[in-house]
Amino acid sequence: MVRLIAFLVGIGLVGVLAFSLITGAVNFIADPPQATVEHEFHEEPRDVAFASDGPFGHFDRQQLQRGFHVYRDVCAACHSLGLVTFRDLEQIGFSEAEIDAIAAQWIREVPSVNPETGEADTRPAIAADRIPAVYANEVAARAANNNALPPDLSLITKAREGGAAYVYSLLTGYQNPPAELPAENRPGPGLYYNPYFANLNLAMTPPLTADGQVAYAAGNPPATRDQMARDVSAFLIWAAEPKLEERHALGWAVIIFLIFATALAWLAYQNIWRDRH
Amino acid sequence: MSFPWARQYDPKNPFMRWMDEKLPLPRLVYNAVGAGYPVPRNLNYFWNFGVLAGLALVIQIVTGIVLAMHYAASGDIAFNSVEHIMRDVNSGWLFRYLHANGASLFFVAIYIHMFRGLYYGSYKPPREMVWLLGLVIYLLMMATAFMGYVLPWGQMSFWGAQVITGFFSAIPLVGEEIRVWLLGGYAPDGATLNRFFSLHYLLPFVIAGVVILHIWALHIPGSGNPAGIDVKGEQDTVPFHPYYTAKDGFGVGIFLILLAIMTFFLPNYLGHADNYIPANPLSTPAHIVPEWYFWPFYAILRAFTVDLILPAKLWGVLAMFASILLLFFLPWLDRSPVRSGNYRPQFRIWFWVLVLDVLILGWMGGLPPEEPYVMISQVATIYYFAHFLIILPIVSRIERPLPLPNSITEAILRPGKGEQQAPPGMGSEHQPGDPEPRPAGQEA
Ligand code: HEC
Ligand code: HEM
Repeated sequence: MVRLIAFLVGIGLVGVLAFSLITGAVNFIADPPQATVEHEFHEEPRDVAFASDGPFGHFDRQQLQRGFHVYRDVCAACHSLGLVTFRDLEQIGFSEAEIDAIAAQWIREVPSVNPETGEADTRPAIAADRIPAVYANEVAARAANNNALPPDLSLITKAREGGAAYVYSLLTGYQNPPAELPAENRPGPGLYYNPYFANLNLAMTPPLTADGQVAYAAGNPPATRDQMARDVSAFLIWAAEPKLEERHALGWAVIIFLIFATALAWLAYQNIWRDRH
Repeated sequence: MSFPWARQYDPKNPFMRWMDEKLPLPRLVYNAVGAGYPVPRNLNYFWNFGVLAGLALVIQIVTGIVLAMHYAASGDIAFNSVEHIMRDVNSGWLFRYLHANGASLFFVAIYIHMFRGLYYGSYKPPREMVWLLGLVIYLLMMATAFMGYVLPWGQMSFWGAQVITGFFSAIPLVGEEIRVWLLGGYAPDGATLNRFFSLHYLLPFVIAGVVILHIWALHIPGSGNPAGIDVKGEQDTVPFHPYYTAKDGFGVGIFLILLAIMTFFLPNYLGHADNYIPANPLSTPAHIVPEWYFWPFYAILRAFTVDLILPAKLWGVLAMFASILLLFFLPWLDRSPVRSGNYRPQFRIWFWVLVLDVLILGWMGGLPPEEPYVMISQVATIYYFAHFLIILPIVSRIERPLPLPNSITEAILRPGKGEQQAPPGMGSEHQPGDPEPRPAGQEA
């Protein structure tokens, strides 16, 4: 009985599926799917290496500091970094005094309450503050950016396929649209062609436009556009995953311990089974 | 517990003797996973995965309880509370990555465990109840993992909840009401998050309870084995402890190494980037996909593309549920008396086709619903249902099994050399003189 019912159910489902399959196949032949323009012109992130890559990866603190300067001097005009506090910058090698200065001189103050009148006010940032938001709310952000929303960058290297390589490619990928690009895919007003962006046209004005745009301290590599893009991407890896070095170090300790313990477990297993094999 | 030669618990220490009289908990453990449980001596590594799944459950519960101390199930702060765990809580990142990757390895262990059962006929008498309870655990795990994935309240959390609860709206007439009732609103929001957190905390303990029943039901006939034949005497078994505790110890080591590699070096490899974007009801991700362990079912769901009597969406939902529910009927669909695939030449071929088929379904389920992926999913879905509902019942009728070994001991000493042509019934019926199975805990 069970098998009879199963057989009937099976035939039924297979029949419906076969019908779906045939319909799909007929459509496929009659009207083969066209690759979309986005698909055709879109490019995968470029290969770029970071010191933090791989199981031995660690941060290059000089680079993170340079990347922070790029963020502060360029990206912070539009992008918030809301999950990072000024104090966190100690982890990338800034001293307490430097951090106090960075916070106090930040391009924006943080919201507060006037102690006399109780009215909304602002005050200079201190080390314990999160990096202040750029816009009061989403509407303000869109109004200032041609109706596009600059995302918070705290997690951006984990929130995009390709991670830091994607950010780097995006920053260095602005170019003139290819001649073959159909008219409806050409950038409209306020948009810029960038083949690394999913729909090819990005509302972010090219942020890194000139070599030397950010003043790097002596002893650092020259601030070419490529170098600045690399550095800010490396900084954003840290912002998204500040515990990366701890994770790698603990990982090796745990895995070496486990390999040792597993080898012992194997020997114990062989020993116990000796008379039974 | 089930065989007369099982060792008896005999505490020497006066405290343990006192304990044994008042509350024989050590005796229960001794009989369940100690020297008092005789196990066939020919088990291969596929028999490690039950213990590994149990370990994975413990890891999920322990890491989950720590996460729950710092997590806040509210639409406004859930996402940031997870980031608070990652950044500010001591070792919070470790607990979160262990929990997220532990869930994946839990499913890896469970899938191997289930396919072990499919190949070696573990679902057949006298272990049907073990199989059925296992399927209950699997369903509970799927519900738990689905609700857990909603908790970080990223884009995939939100849209996954939207899509999966949307299945229910395919039910005619009452579907939409059921969906709203499940979500506590018209779309996933704070009410959804709260109830999912409550259930996500509860269900693992329900799973632990069903696991106990699962093991209890297993210990009545005793463990199966790769030869698929019954234990004939003491020479066929070894005590669970120390023989299989030692072997499981080795398996646990390998499992933990894999978990450590994922947790420390590839923590986000199995996750989806979009879940690091806070949930936004106004922005639909380009491709909504569930976690990898649901991909085969997602492919089945999307394989139905044409309205035929019923709407395509309803077909998809029905088929997706059917694909799991049919496993409950497996003991009665495959009537071959031979359990082990080792002695079933035709079954064995179909089995490996099924493994390949499920892998293809999983692969397609993770891809966008475009041609030719949909057609491939359709072919694979046809095979999936045909395998269980049509092929297996027929194969079990027409197949001529290979000769079975006379005993487990002989299967070890002379592998592959059976003495006799398998008569129907060989290997699954209780042989005369076999001990009557007794319920756990009553042999004392
Ligand atoms: C003039 C304002 C402005 C500046 C300066 C700026 N951005 Fe943007 N950015 C935007 C806007 C607007 C968007 C949204 C684009 C869209 O959605 O089309 C954006 C989007 C992005 C994205 C996300 C793209 C995606 O995949 O969604 C990244 C990454 C990014 N910016 C990085 C940076 C970095 C790094 C810098 C500093 C070097 C920077 N931006 C400087 C305005 C800016
Ligand atoms: C069957 C066992 C379990 C499974 C399969 C499971 C699965 C999951 C999954 C897949 C996630 C999403 C992870 C992410 O993307 O970050 C999650 C999150 C979570 N789980 Fe579990 N879980 C289990 C048990 C538990 C238990 C027992 C608890 C608490 C008592 C718990 C508490 C949490 C919490 C608080 C989160 C959200 C935090 C986070 O996203 O990391 N889980 N779970």
